Amino acid sequence: MTYLAKPKLHHPDLPANALGFTRRDYEGAISTLCAGCGHDSISAAIIQACWELAIEPHKVAKLSGIGCSSKTPTYFLEKSHGFNSVHGRMPSVLTGANLANRDLIYLGVSGDGDSASIGLGQFAHVMRRGVNMTYIVENNGVYGLTKGQFSATADRGSKSKRGAVNTDEGIDLAILALQLGATYVGRSFSGDKAQLVPLIKGALTHPGAAFIDVISPCVAFNNHDGSTRSYDYVRSHNEAVNRLDVITVHKEITTEYAPGAVQEVRQHDGSVLRLRKLADDYDSSSRIAAMSYVQGRYAHGEIVTGLLYVEPDATDLHESLGTVARPLNALGEKELCPGSAALEKFNASLR
Amino acid sequence: MQKKSIKAVNDFVVKFANVNGSGSASANTLFAKSIMRMGVPVSPRNIFPSNIQGLPTWYEVRVSESGWLGRRGGADLMVAMNPQTWEKDVVEVEPGGYLFYDSTKPLPADKFRDDITVIGMPLTEICNATYTDARQRQLFKNIIYVGALAALLEIDIAEVEKLIGEQYKGKEKLLEPNLRALHLGRDWAAANLPCPLGITVRRSDKVGAKIFIEGNNAVALGAVYGGATVCAWYPITPSSSVAEAFMKHCGKFRVDAATGKRNVAIVQAEDELASIGMVIGAAWNGARAFTCTSGPGVSLMTEFIGLAYFAEIPAVIVNVQRAGPSTGMPTRTQQADILSCAYASHGDTKHVLLFPEDAREAFAFTADALDLADRLQTPVFVMTDLDIGMNERLCEPLEWDDSRTYDRGKVLSHEDLEAGKRFGRYLDVDDDGITYRTYPGTHPKRGSFFTRGTSRDRYARYTEEGSAYVDNMQRLLRKFETAKLYVPEPVLKESPRTAHYGVVYYGSTACAMDEALAELEAEGIAMDAIRVRAFPFQDPVIDFVNAHDHVFVVEQNRDGQLRTLLVNEGAIDPARASSIVHYDGTPITARFIRRAIEERLSAFNVRPMRRTAAAGE
Repeated sequence: MTYLAKPKLHHPDLPANALGFTRRDYEGAISTLCAGCGHDSISAAIIQACWELAIEPHKVAKLSGIGCSSKTPTYFLEKSHGFNSVHGRMPSVLTGANLANRDLIYLGVSGDGDSASIGLGQFAHVMRRGVNMTYIVENNGVYGLTKGQFSATADRGSKSKRGAVNTDEGIDLAILALQLGATYVGRSFSGDKAQLVPLIKGALTHPGAAFIDVISPCVAFNNHDGSTRSYDYVRSHNEAVNRLDVITVHKEITTEYAPGAVQEVRQHDGSVLRLRKLADDYDSSSRIAAMSYVQGRYAHGEIVTGLLYVEPDATDLHESLGTVARPLNALGEKELCPGSAALEKFNASLR
Repeated sequence: MQKKSIKAVNDFVVKFANVNGSGSASANTLFAKSIMRMGVPVSPRNIFPSNIQGLPTWYEVRVSESGWLGRRGGADLMVAMNPQTWEKDVVEVEPGGYLFYDSTKPLPADKFRDDITVIGMPLTEICNATYTDARQRQLFKNIIYVGALAALLEIDIAEVEKLIGEQYKGKEKLLEPNLRALHLGRDWAAANLPCPLGITVRRSDKVGAKIFIEGNNAVALGAVYGGATVCAWYPITPSSSVAEAFMKHCGKFRVDAATGKRNVAIVQAEDELASIGMVIGAAWNGARAFTCTSGPGVSLMTEFIGLAYFAEIPAVIVNVQRAGPSTGMPTRTQQADILSCAYASHGDTKHVLLFPEDAREAFAFTADALDLADRLQTPVFVMTDLDIGMNERLCEPLEWDDSRTYDRGKVLSHEDLEAGKRFGRYLDVDDDGITYRTYPGTHPKRGSFFTRGTSRDRYARYTEEGSAYVDNMQRLLRKFETAKLYVPEPVLKESPRTAHYGVVYYGSTACAMDEALAELEAEGIAMDAIRVRAFPFQDPVIDFVNAHDHVFVVEQNRDGQLRTLLVNEGAIDPARASSIVHYDGTPITARFIRRAIEERLSAFNVRPMRRTAAAGE
């Protein structure tokens, strides 16, 4: 159910995935964001990742807050239920949704204002709880819909389009996610689809709290000289530490790599995250090393991208709470209501 | 001068003045329950500070053969165990009443009153002589005074012993010393004090099958019976014990026998914004979910409540009201969130409110609220208060009909969608304002839609068209009308004689009102009464107001909030209804209501018709 109709004519040779779906089956309405917006590239990467993983679109629940980034769930996966919630509060809505039905895939899309400014509290707590989700922040360092104010991820000293200098320290959500216990943390750039698509695939298959900070330039308000979120700036300061391939359970592993250059991480569901190291001294299996490396490079003006950290034995909130395997929303009177005999016993205990 | 002492059997008030954290609570409960076990109705109330240790706390026990459960006011026997509040406590004793105190340290004569009976017992001295451990001296002092009171009031010591036995079942090591302390107190009192006093307890049969339960506990069990599977909450007095009781009940009733896993998810959220967010997320996804909070929590939730109203997502919010505004008096009771809940959030909103009168209704209404929220696809508030929530009260046993099924409302299943049933998320096909929804993940091709707080058309498509917006807002009003068919009906109590005046009341005021009405009737003042149990108001409520020359709306807040709501929503002439309000944080009393009504009526120059006996004078 979308606002703007898109022609449904498919090219007959469009490749289909294991479910017989083409990429078009994962699309949504036509974007109403500005031409050249980084967010649209991220939507495209989400579509590609879901298609490649052969996820059933209706088995995804997409949730967002408020802002340009939070509008994007309309622009992909139109067969999924979507929820455009309250500014900065997507994490709690996603948490509740996840508790109700553990069988769906939860994709949270947010922005830097939504997650780092108004929603920093909820961001922190959803990571702490280890909610099984993919949480993507489309990070442009600026408020788009309200026209160009700094957000809390804007670097100190960076300049707004109007020439104002940001005097507040920027928040690095990836570092926060690492500190707060997220079990899959990545950073990427909307302009680097080759890096971003596998990162999203890895996050979607990860059985815990997966967070990806995606630098996504705002062409309208934050793509000028003096900005540290412009296409030019990010391209020239992007230091990718690894390249990721996600091999799902069904696929055979065929590619050969030289020993030592590749790290393989086998996840609960059998999928394998294969990491090719680009930086020799980077270790994505250590939370502390990752934080230290990312912050060290940031001090030199570099933006570290790639899969920053992954915990192969991740667990999630359902495991912490010990909930049943069946989705809670599928339980009925039989499982939930103790009945009148138990109530009479209870009454008797209160006399 | 001969002192006149109060003489009463099964009709008096005992008030305990203690220090918070001194272990008095369990001893005082023991006292109240042993009277209940003798078949005599009691209604205890905790009056406690926002503090863990050191500040004054009181426990007031009303003993009433007639079964009046409201707070009476005053104290016939003061058990003054707190030197900090001595002066105030002594003043509160009714003329002719009794003062029981620890006489270890002599007090000057001017610390007492000469119109009351003073009973000194050297509790500290007795404890110091009996126990060496400081903690034991403190804890057993409480049990010793219970023993002494049993002798003074003729409480059957066997009932107290039985209760102690139940309390320490499996902890026999503690049982024996407690019984010893109890007997020590009883024996000392019997030997040294003027037993019995003028006020005594006599075995009766007025308790029957009634149970003794805190409202918060009942709410929690209502949520279990009503099928809540997600509870998200944030600690706040006086609602925290709802969530704690829910956890306890779930530990018993929601463990899957085969796997040991839980049929429930309970999350202590980081704040009330997150707790209501989780409830909304869970309910959107087809689970029954609730949160429990108090006024400040509702204030924080209001943005989300507006979303749930506009996007039409079920949510159950239990508001255990306390005295506001701001932090107010967090451990005192009020009914002061009526307006803030009825109209919570920005823009035009109206929410369903339920007003249980006691724990029994709190249980039933919580379970009902989960049905109502699903049926109406909107937030539903269960409006209790501290008086109901945090005091054990006698009430009729809780009931459940095993043939009852959960009303999940209008939800299209995979089969419905497969069969080609037309789906527009906001399409009013049944003309009752309630539209069909689908749960996420139901069908691969049909039934997906986008939920949003922004305006949309009948097919959930984003739109800023004024006509589509108005269409939707009008439908929400129709839905609110439909709600009247589902919410609990008001309870009407008509005077046996023609009454020109009426009272409107709700919630925890009920127990005091029952008594006040009986007293007024006895005085020859005919008064009809209606207990409002829900908002939106059904016709009988509005008709009641219009059928009387004047009505008094009795409530526990400063501004007469329910009256405002009645005038606003019922198109009532404001002159027909005036407020009688009680809002000092203590529960309203029958005395207060009766006097207020008498004063108002005398101002109207009404001469009550006397009953036959009086008329013959």
